[in-house]
Amino acid sequence: MYDVCVIGAGVVGSAVARLLSHQRLNIVLVDASNDVGAGTSKANTAILHTGFDATPGSIEAGLVARGYAMLRAYAPSVGIALEETGAVLVAWTDDQAAALPALIAKAHANGYDAAALIDAAEVREREPRLGDGVVAGMVVPGEHIIDPWSTPIAFAREAIANGATWRPGCRVTGFEFGDEHTVITAERGEAIEARFVVNAAGLFSDVVNELAGASEFTVRPRRGELIVFDKLARPLLHGTVLPVPTATTKGVLVAPTVFGNVMVGPTADDIDDKTATGSTRAGIDALVAHARRILPALADEEVTSVYAGLRAATEHSDYQLAHRPDLRYVCLGGIRSTGLTASMALAEETLRRLVECGLASSPKSPDEIAPIRMTNLGEAGPRPYQQPRNTGIVCHCERVTRDEIVAACTTAPGATDLDGVRRRTRAVAGRCQGFACLAEVCTIAATATSTTPASWLHG
Amino acid sequence: MNADHLAAEQVDVVVVGGGPAGLSVATELRRRGAATVVVIEREATAGGVPRHTDHVGFGMRDLRRVMSGPRYAAALVQRAERAGVEIRSATTVTDWIGDRTLALASSDGTSAIAARAVVLATGVRERPRSARLVPGDRPAGVYTTAAIQQLAQRGIAPGTRAVIVGAEHVSFSAVLTLRHAGCSVAAMVTPLARHQTYWPLRIATATRHRVKVFTGVDIASIHGRPRVERVELTNGRAIQCDTVVFTGDWIPEHELARRAGVTIDASHRGPLVDGAARTDRTGVFAIGNLVHPAETADVCALHGRHAASAVMEWLAVDEWPSRRLRVLTTTPIEWVSPAWIDPLTATPRDRFVLRVDQFVESRTMRVHQGERELWHGTVLGGSLVPNRSISIASHWTADVDPDGGDVVLSAEP
Repeated sequence: MYDVCVIGAGVVGSAVARLLSHQRLNIVLVDASNDVGAGTSKANTAILHTGFDATPGSIEAGLVARGYAMLRAYAPSVGIALEETGAVLVAWTDDQAAALPALIAKAHANGYDAAALIDAAEVREREPRLGDGVVAGMVVPGEHIIDPWSTPIAFAREAIANGATWRPGCRVTGFEFGDEHTVITAERGEAIEARFVVNAAGLFSDVVNELAGASEFTVRPRRGELIVFDKLARPLLHGTVLPVPTATTKGVLVAPTVFGNVMVGPTADDIDDKTATGSTRAGIDALVAHARRILPALADEEVTSVYAGLRAATEHSDYQLAHRPDLRYVCLGGIRSTGLTASMALAEETLRRLVECGLASSPKSPDEIAPIRMTNLGEAGPRPYQQPRNTGIVCHCERVTRDEIVAACTTAPGATDLDGVRRRTRAVAGRCQGFACLAEVCTIAATATSTTPASWLHG
Repeated sequence: MNADHLAAEQVDVVVVGGGPAGLSVATELRRRGAATVVVIEREATAGGVPRHTDHVGFGMRDLRRVMSGPRYAAALVQRAERAGVEIRSATTVTDWIGDRTLALASSDGTSAIAARAVVLATGVRERPRSARLVPGDRPAGVYTTAAIQQLAQRGIAPGTRAVIVGAEHVSFSAVLTLRHAGCSVAAMVTPLARHQTYWPLRIATATRHRVKVFTGVDIASIHGRPRVERVELTNGRAIQCDTVVFTGDWIPEHELARRAGVTIDASHRGPLVDGAARTDRTGVFAIGNLVHPAETADVCALHGRHAASAVMEWLAVDEWPSRRLRVLTTTPIEWVSPAWIDPLTATPRDRFVLRVDQFVESRTMRVHQGERELWHGTVLGGSLVPNRSISIASHWTADVDPDGGDVVLSAEP
């Protein structure tokens, strides 16, 4: 019997599990997939947002602002790569320039006072490699880039280190709400009994919500394609370059990544299929053309990877948070691209709602909480290959050492496939995509887990 | 950085990359009397790509023997060691920290090495699926030729039924590797009008392995999860498979060259060099497939061997050319290497290598400097087929006017 079952081990569910693990509670974190952060959380723009452009007064605006401050403090404390590169919002037309003062006002309404208008010359001074046609700009100095892969893994690792149970491959199929506890049935394995249930199922939060008899929202996935340019492109950019947002989308940004690349995206296509995480010809071509307009020198650089992710958009513009004291159930729905930034604040909000549902808060004392330490994956900080007595580089493009790959497979929550190794270490994520190290990485993972290399290779 | 710089170990020559080109230049440098020659190799074992190319056909042009890739790699390592080359394996050059001072990383951590000459021999890779911007799902089972060679060598089966993207020599080599590993080949696809290998290899694969080559068509998208299930082609056709191998489409491993600020040849993206393998950064040379992506291992070895004389000359004389003539190309020639001529001092290798980007009937080429024709003649071997190695003689460089303009290489239509 668990006190709380958290459904969904994306960045939000993992943050919830982490916070609850700081309470004297018995927690289980489940996910339909085999890994933490393997859905929407793994393919996003990797930005820690100030929330300057959120809708003032919305639930999202409040949680993004609070979550920004929390993750900004947490990330360096556990070794998640974070860089305060700042962002410049660039107006390429007079109409866009005319929209900037309203954005400054919006930032103020959101409690963010550091944004400022700058002229075309100042934009160019900040980002000298931008293409022609800059009319004006606005700086948002507090925007950060962050390691989006390590963040949910760190949350889950901390939860597990503090007693939470991790159940991968557990797709929830139904609830039986009793007077004292809920029976949660799953596609595979034993049913779970828990007093409280948190729905953080992301793209499938509406499906889980329906299992609880509710239907406040329907998730309509919004596909976002992203392309990542070679590390040789990194010097072309100082910080994040944002477009002027429109009523419907924040638009396509060009941003450095903490791994030392340049990312361009996301596109925004509303689709029906929650599994359609493939990239498209039209999407890639549009991003490449966009990238070359914004930063013409990108035309000479290779593309390292192409991703597509699905944001859990709904028919509503705001997050869809709800709780049902009668069912001891909290729903975190409609968390879109800002979920990474808001995750820790959403965890706080979830705890508050659980208490309203009757959960007795019983915090552990600080010395009872086991700390964790992540291996830095960012280029701005020290990496294992630079340390004396390391185990040697295996993935040369990304400079990943042997022990990092072993640890990825053996430290809970451990990787169960090559993609999991990639997100924990950067191995095979680089410009050669395994040309030089694929066989060796699979062999190391197999040896570390007493499995076969083929099982790692074939997914 | 300054502390590193001061603490840097001092040697005569650092060669970056221990493949056929790097090992050969290092061996030759020692034979010609260079005192300290260090080859920095990032892999645990030197030898380069041939280590994993487990079929015969290596060593013909440089060692005058025919052997398998792994034996050839071992032979080059042995010759280098016997010549007194220090091969520092499992060591990565991470960056430049001075004109000819390099930052190193190994299991001991970071260090620095300073040399009087730096020879870049970092090789090439095949463009992977993502660099070719092929859309679709991101399933397991998508590889490059080099990856399947290493898998096969370890007895790890890459899959059961493959589609091969490309139809050049290396693509047919991929067929042999896959068949050896028990993986059938459903098809090869090439956007070009014909395959680009030699007929004997094509006939051998067609009859022995029944490989269909779809020409004039490219891969449009990849589908499947978690494993490849099918590919779709640009002609609308779908092919069921669990493996896709992207072959050829070489790109030089040019990171270190670019971080040195040397001029890059826009057409193949390796550094521009003259006939003596000199870049436009003083004391920095570039050899092998980094400057002609990609030739066979023995051609790389010969290029390395050739470059040794120029490195020795630099060590002795300390002079670097300040003015060069560019060898420009006209369509359908994609690139030529070397693409700089230093008419005053350089001894060019006996040939220029080049590539064309379309099939051409004629085998005649012309070299002009302004209105003046320097040479016309037939290519040294083969015919003008895309992705295939083509070479021409180089004796005409003696007639280049040092005060004239750029030289233009063209093919007769």
